[in-house]
Amino acid sequence: MKQLVRLFIGVFAAAFVLLFLAARLNTSEGYSGKNTLTIYNWGDYIDPALIKKFEKETGIKVIYQTFDSNEAMLTKIAQGGTTFDVAVPSDYMISKMKQEHLLIPLDHDKLPNLKYINPRFLDLSFDKGNKYSVPYFWGTVGIVYNPKMLGGKKITSWNDLWDKDLRNQILLVDGAREVMGMALNSLHYSLNDTNEKHLLQAKRKLDALTPNVKAIIGDEIKMLLADEEAAVGVVWSGDAAEIISENPKLDYVVPKEGSNLWFDNMVIPKTAKNIEGAYKFMNFMLDPKNAAQNAEYVGYSTPNEAAMKYLPKDIRNDQRFYPDLDKVQNLEVYENLGKRMLARYNELFLEFKMHHK
Amino acid sequence: MKKKIGANIYLIAVFIILYAPIFYLMIYSFNSGGAMHDFKGFTLEWYKEVFHDTRLIVIVLNTLVIALLSSAIATIFGVLGALAIANARSRRTKNMLLTLNNVLIVSPDVIIGASFLILYTLIGIKLGFTSVLISHIAFSIPIVVLMVLPKLQEMSPTLIDAARDLGATRRDVLTRVVLPFISPGILAGFFMALTYSLDDFAVTFFVTGNGFSTLSVEIYSRARQGISLSINALSTLIFLFTIILVIGYYFINRKSVRPNGVGMRQ
Amino acid sequence: MQNRTRNIYLIPYALWIVLFVVAPILLILYYSFFDIDGHFGLVNYEKFFTPVYFKMALSSFWYAFLITAICLVISYPTAYLLTKTKHKQLWLLLIILPTWINLLLKAYAFLGIFGTYGFANAVLGLFGIGPKQILFTDFSFLFVSVYIFIPFMILPIFNALEELNPSLTDASRDLGASPWTTFRRVIFPLTIDGVKSGCQAVFIPALSLFMLTRLIAGNRVITLGTAIEEHFLVTQDWGMGSTVAVFLILIMALIMIVTGIRR
Repeated sequence: MKQLVRLFIGVFAAAFVLLFLAARLNTSEGYSGKNTLTIYNWGDYIDPALIKKFEKETGIKVIYQTFDSNEAMLTKIAQGGTTFDVAVPSDYMISKMKQEHLLIPLDHDKLPNLKYINPRFLDLSFDKGNKYSVPYFWGTVGIVYNPKMLGGKKITSWNDLWDKDLRNQILLVDGAREVMGMALNSLHYSLNDTNEKHLLQAKRKLDALTPNVKAIIGDEIKMLLADEEAAVGVVWSGDAAEIISENPKLDYVVPKEGSNLWFDNMVIPKTAKNIEGAYKFMNFMLDPKNAAQNAEYVGYSTPNEAAMKYLPKDIRNDQRFYPDLDKVQNLEVYENLGKRMLARYNELFLEFKMHHK
Repeated sequence: MKKKIGANIYLIAVFIILYAPIFYLMIYSFNSGGAMHDFKGFTLEWYKEVFHDTRLIVIVLNTLVIALLSSAIATIFGVLGALAIANARSRRTKNMLLTLNNVLIVSPDVIIGASFLILYTLIGIKLGFTSVLISHIAFSIPIVVLMVLPKLQEMSPTLIDAARDLGATRRDVLTRVVLPFISPGILAGFFMALTYSLDDFAVTFFVTGNGFSTLSVEIYSRARQGISLSINALSTLIFLFTIILVIGYYFINRKSVRPNGVGMRQ
Repeated sequence: MQNRTRNIYLIPYALWIVLFVVAPILLILYYSFFDIDGHFGLVNYEKFFTPVYFKMALSSFWYAFLITAICLVISYPTAYLLTKTKHKQLWLLLIILPTWINLLLKAYAFLGIFGTYGFANAVLGLFGIGPKQILFTDFSFLFVSVYIFIPFMILPIFNALEELNPSLTDASRDLGASPWTTFRRVIFPLTIDGVKSGCQAVFIPALSLFMLTRLIAGNRVITLGTAIEEHFLVTQDWGMGSTVAVFLILIMALIMIVTGIRR
């Protein structure tokens, strides 16, 4: 008994000492008090040096929190118990958040650097007039592949993936819209198709792909492809850029049947406490030099026109990641298909996962 | 004699497998190559990075505070719960309590997280330290109950009756007879609660917010680019620290147990 | 007398049950009646009894059963041998210790160990067996799941074995029973409660594993847990997710009743 009591007293004492230490460290770093800004972003989606720079310039302390899917972010913000000042959702999620009144309309006077953004990336269907959001990064979905492992073979289209030689060589990203979109595109349908017949056709086509699929995974896909665990991967362009910088033998292609064009934009959620700080941060990130630095670090494509000249030439001119959007056909933005359709996409995707070789 | 060797080999094999991934992590924490494959050369760079990363250290401290506090509090609640179940008179009440008890163990973390999130929204608890602590206490309680209950059940009622007959008060019975008898179960419960808390990712992921984070959530969000080896270095440090703590605790404890003369059969 | 003591113990525990068990169950039950458009009805339940979910439930059961069985086969001898060692409490702690290292990290370590150019294949290579695909197979999934659950199986069995009165096994031996008979007739029946709680502690969570199904099995294994996670986090179809959860809770209750009756 004595021992038990002693143990528990020890545990509580240790906990409080640690709590005290944590609090001390937090205040010494300035993470408590009013002058903080909470940013809710994708994991590893900003150059940490930029956060440091922003803190130095403005005296605001940044708390950086991450999410792993648009939906997880939505859940947290809709819950209301959080105080995120800036968030970075994707296109279809922005229109959804707009519908659910979770965003604060932006005052463009406080965002003078918005003028540097390429007009192509403004005034898009998910947010007309950029009332609620400003562009952060953009990109495509495509195929990254290892010509060495494929004996020099080139991949140019989605339909190449069904090649019998690719048995057990394909890694797919774990996203219903991406994988279903790939199948729909390979059948020359729109990746926003809602026709049940077309969807079933796409699902059957996916089932036929099963022998070639090694795994359907999340972010580990980058590591596995760079390590040559598999020869082919269906990934987002930014991930592809990262993989290629790790292993230059790989190549990236946007399939000729068409693909997805996506945007991640910065918004101010309703839960924001430090709105002035949020504007400062957004404007800071729109600054051409900062945008270029961020794009170089993260590997995704920047929508910032003026930032292009700060990027190294080989990045700027890389058609794989900065394609001339006027020339590339068939790139579509995801539309918000509504809950019911999204559920249908996911259902079919789940059935595809359960389909055995 | 032969049997003994066989037994030792079996145990050694089990331990090797249990520790293999951990040693793997530890070895690569010294890799100058920067990834968990292709050992290029020895470096201490990752350890340096850990000590310079104040945010990471704060998160480690947070994780430990949550784990220690939640498992201690959960143990207290759990012991009370086990006593309540053991003392329940009808078998039906007992079974019902047990079933309710186990709901949280079997529910996928995602459901627990989601339903707690809704609950906190309804009650109006802000997301952060408090919500995480409460959640960890809540999901650790049932495992403590499960660890303590068998000990209580195997305690013979005559023991309590005897104590009563000798004039012990209810308090005495509890502190002098029952609790000492079930203390191995209580300890096991505490350690399991600690395990659950340190291991949890999904529930914390749901109920955390406002800059508060635990190690598993932080690792998850840093894992997007493949885990940085500084996380390996950190895990190595934590692991060595706990091993020293556990072994130290064991031997100190053993010394203080001996004089009590709890005859250990050898 | 007994009655009064019970009430005192019951209060904090009952409070916990009401707040963190009953309330969430009711919430989940409530949500399970709403379809994705927010209409009240039994749509989700109808959907659950379609072949897709039935197949998923079956495969979850199958894998959970395999994981539990393998865990038991490995853990029982381990627990038994541990009770015979000198510093048994210390060894037991060392069995639990690996669970304190973050699961995600261990999963990543296994990704490295089982990879095409990983440690396991290097060892196979020494024996002249060419690189095999280990990752994203049933084998790797079972291996890692068993790895994770073993401590949760060893602990209760170890406790049960510890409580075993040694004079019983001595008596059995003195009466001329072979070690095997002693085990079958004396040791195993007396530790059956530990085995039962170990199986519960493994089987039920194994039904709803989700992170490993993606990381180690590459989504080639789909469990009920995966479906729930997807419905809550991706489709935002909380109704359907809740419906699957309701079934998991029912299954759990059933298992508890079945294993509880014989006590």
